[in-house]
Amino acid sequence: MSFSKNDYKLLSERRYELGSIRKGYNMRTLHVDVGTRQAAEKPVSELMKRKFVGGKGFGLKLLWDATKPTTRWDSPENEIVIAMGPICGNTNYPGSGKSLVVSISPMTDVPIDSNVGGYFGPYLKFSGFDALELQGRSDREVIVFIDGNEGLVQVFESPDSIPADTHLLAEELTRAFAASSDPAELQAVAVVSAGRGADRSPMGLLNFSLYDKRRAGIRVKQAGRGGIGTVLRDKKIRALVCRFKGVGQNLNDAAEPALVQRLGLKLHREIVKNDDQQCKMRRQGTAHLMEVMNDYDLLPTKNHKYGQDPRGPEVASWVWEKLLSQNLPDGCWYGCTLACAHSVDRFELETGPYKGQKVCVDGPEYETAAGCGPNLYVYDTRGILEINFYCDTYGIDTISFGTTMSFLMECWELGILDAGRTDGIDLSWGNWKGAIQVLHDLAEGKRFGVLACKGVKFLADHFAKEYGADPQLMKDIALHGKGLEQSEYISKESLAQQGGYYLTNKGPQHDEAWLIFMDMVNNRIPSFEQKAEALHYFPMFRTWFGLQGLCKLPWNDIEPADNAKHAEPNKVPEHVANYRELYTAITGESLSPEELILQSERVYNFQRAFNVRQGHGRRAEDYPPYRAMGPVLEDEYEARAERYDKQMKEKIGIDPAGKSVREKVAITREFRIRQYDSLIDAVFKRRGWTSDGCPTPEHLRGIGMDLPEVIAVAEARIAGEA
Amino acid sequence: MIKYLKTNDEKCVGCMSCVSACSLLYEKEDNPAKSRIQVNGQGRGAFHLIACDQECRKCVQECPTQALVVSKTGVVVLDKSLCVGCLACVAVCPIDAMIIFPGDKQPFKCIACGACVKKCPKEAIAIAEKEESPASRVWAEAIAAVRKEEAK
Repeated sequence: MSFSKNDYKLLSERRYELGSIRKGYNMRTLHVDVGTRQAAEKPVSELMKRKFVGGKGFGLKLLWDATKPTTRWDSPENEIVIAMGPICGNTNYPGSGKSLVVSISPMTDVPIDSNVGGYFGPYLKFSGFDALELQGRSDREVIVFIDGNEGLVQVFESPDSIPADTHLLAEELTRAFAASSDPAELQAVAVVSAGRGADRSPMGLLNFSLYDKRRAGIRVKQAGRGGIGTVLRDKKIRALVCRFKGVGQNLNDAAEPALVQRLGLKLHREIVKNDDQQCKMRRQGTAHLMEVMNDYDLLPTKNHKYGQDPRGPEVASWVWEKLLSQNLPDGCWYGCTLACAHSVDRFELETGPYKGQKVCVDGPEYETAAGCGPNLYVYDTRGILEINFYCDTYGIDTISFGTTMSFLMECWELGILDAGRTDGIDLSWGNWKGAIQVLHDLAEGKRFGVLACKGVKFLADHFAKEYGADPQLMKDIALHGKGLEQSEYISKESLAQQGGYYLTNKGPQHDEAWLIFMDMVNNRIPSFEQKAEALHYFPMFRTWFGLQGLCKLPWNDIEPADNAKHAEPNKVPEHVANYRELYTAITGESLSPEELILQSERVYNFQRAFNVRQGHGRRAEDYPPYRAMGPVLEDEYEARAERYDKQMKEKIGIDPAGKSVREKVAITREFRIRQYDSLIDAVFKRRGWTSDGCPTPEHLRGIGMDLPEVIAVAEARIAGEA
Repeated sequence: MIKYLKTNDEKCVGCMSCVSACSLLYEKEDNPAKSRIQVNGQGRGAFHLIACDQECRKCVQECPTQALVVSKTGVVVLDKSLCVGCLACVAVCPIDAMIIFPGDKQPFKCIACGACVKKCPKEAIAIAEKEESPASRVWAEAIAAVRKEEAK
């Protein structure tokens, strides 16, 4: 039995004039208040375009204007903003279909931003808007529908009978809102939804669908981090639906469409020629990293205690390649030949409400394979896929879930948890059936499932208070920054990567800076100043993708064959030049290398000031838990004793001979924390921030982020008033 | 069976009659860059003819919107109503038989219509038929392997 949208109760409706995109911009955004069910258009000012560019910049600006310093994640005025950027939606340059989602996060209490594929963002842009703001809280479950062909915004009451979990819900809504069952019509509908898990956990995510004609069904990509799905559900939004038929080559009205084509074709050819020798994204996706990380002692194993295990090869890329469906163009937007969005098809589930059914599992991506695999000491691909599928359909972030579950399993090993405290769930290392049971219990609202999925920050505190666990140990092994769980790379041996994770605005997410190889393996940035420069350049450069609606992967997961000849191969200079040309080809405006970084720097500093405005953004919030910096436990030290002893002798200048392991752990710890302190000093200085982490008014003016309300926030913090 | 344009480089004298016939028929202008068959000079009076062999179907496999389809006669054709102009097909074509004229919204390719054959003075090109090869079935097999079981 399937519905059509006419079966749903229409609550409100607003017609709008179809717009036309000029050089990448609609110069208009859409605001929907689900509380009052009113929709309104807002013009984009020239100032907003200059200062914030688009995407994440627009998202943060709209969010700032809509909220107050007192706004918390569940305040009705908190928003979810989905914004695209000027390059988003072009069909030529690989990785051009991203939208950026921002909201005040239930995990961190500051703005989170998440970069996501799927068709919703580009369709929304083609429907006439550079961003969508969702505000308010509905008194009943609603579906927000935007018809980009008719010029219509409708709010429907979501019927009780509709499934809550994404793989069913998005499929049903795709069919309900499509003009007919013709595959081309189904492809014209995109859905954003969460799932039952997001109703009860702060780590809820948003699934962005795309209809896959070859699979004759939907697939989903995730705006995973920071609990935006939880905000969606708090607003009682069941789903967002956008319909747009008529995607074509130059809907962005590029200033130079032939140049957009030429740049795209050049990269397509580079990918087709080089990918098999480089990252094998077209065959393995990001899971290609698994054995590389294991080889370098970087693959999280047992809650980031170790980075390697002899069992690593059991979940290596070649294992995944056999499971992932091959010979399909699995991009998350048209024209992405890097095509990393793979899936395991017809996977038969072994547990839960859909047990025995054959489903399409989107992924696993590296983060999921690592975080819900070796990090839990799970080397069974079926277990990883089962967790991957249920996390997605319940609307739960696999990174936060993996890192939380590994924390729980370590607590089980340490005797802090037992069957009495877990409602009988066995959380021994490697028991993925225990992990998946936690997830099912969350979906059903059972006690331990709900408790367990509150995230490690809460749990560390809770176990210390309720179960008498050592508070320092809990703090040390709870891998989070600002409340957000760390993603899945071992950062212990790379000081720069510790900064890449924790000197971030939103929390430890690898999308800002991934410096492990540059720092630890190739030793290219040995001094604090060099690390600080890298922790300026790379976060700024990577922020730029989010302003434009781009994916980062085609920047450095494919490289020109002669990339190594450049003085700074880590920057992939030819691709940076491509991006500048692409920006100019679409917007018609030139972009110097310096201005590219400045575009990001303005938004990055704005985001930092936003954190400050919300009462955060202090140095103290930028420290990692010690597990991310060095060995917490004695057996952890002993497992890599040769390395740590050598470092003690050579770097710290203390002879380890005759010292007990306990003493050596303490000496190493003291040294590493001092190193990190020096790193913060160097990075904050380079970024133009005070030693407490607040952008200085002079710096804000210098980069052109000189809006009075932003300067005022910085001045108040520095004066000790906020 | 697959219908295709069979080429014989040794017979070609580079007169460009085929190219003119093709671009005039499909683009209403005599422009070699808009022809579905391409003649590449190799020097010393040798020429290499490029036209889709209709067999490898890498473009069909790569197309994100399934705008490239195989006709009943085995010919790969572009459904313009579905094409979003991404040019992935142009990049994956191993013999450069999928062509984009700079600035055009969509690419084009030989569909073995035979218009050029009639104009060739040297019988260097002909419409022929051949058996399907394993390569020509990869895309179809990949789809069959992932399709959901039909809803009851």
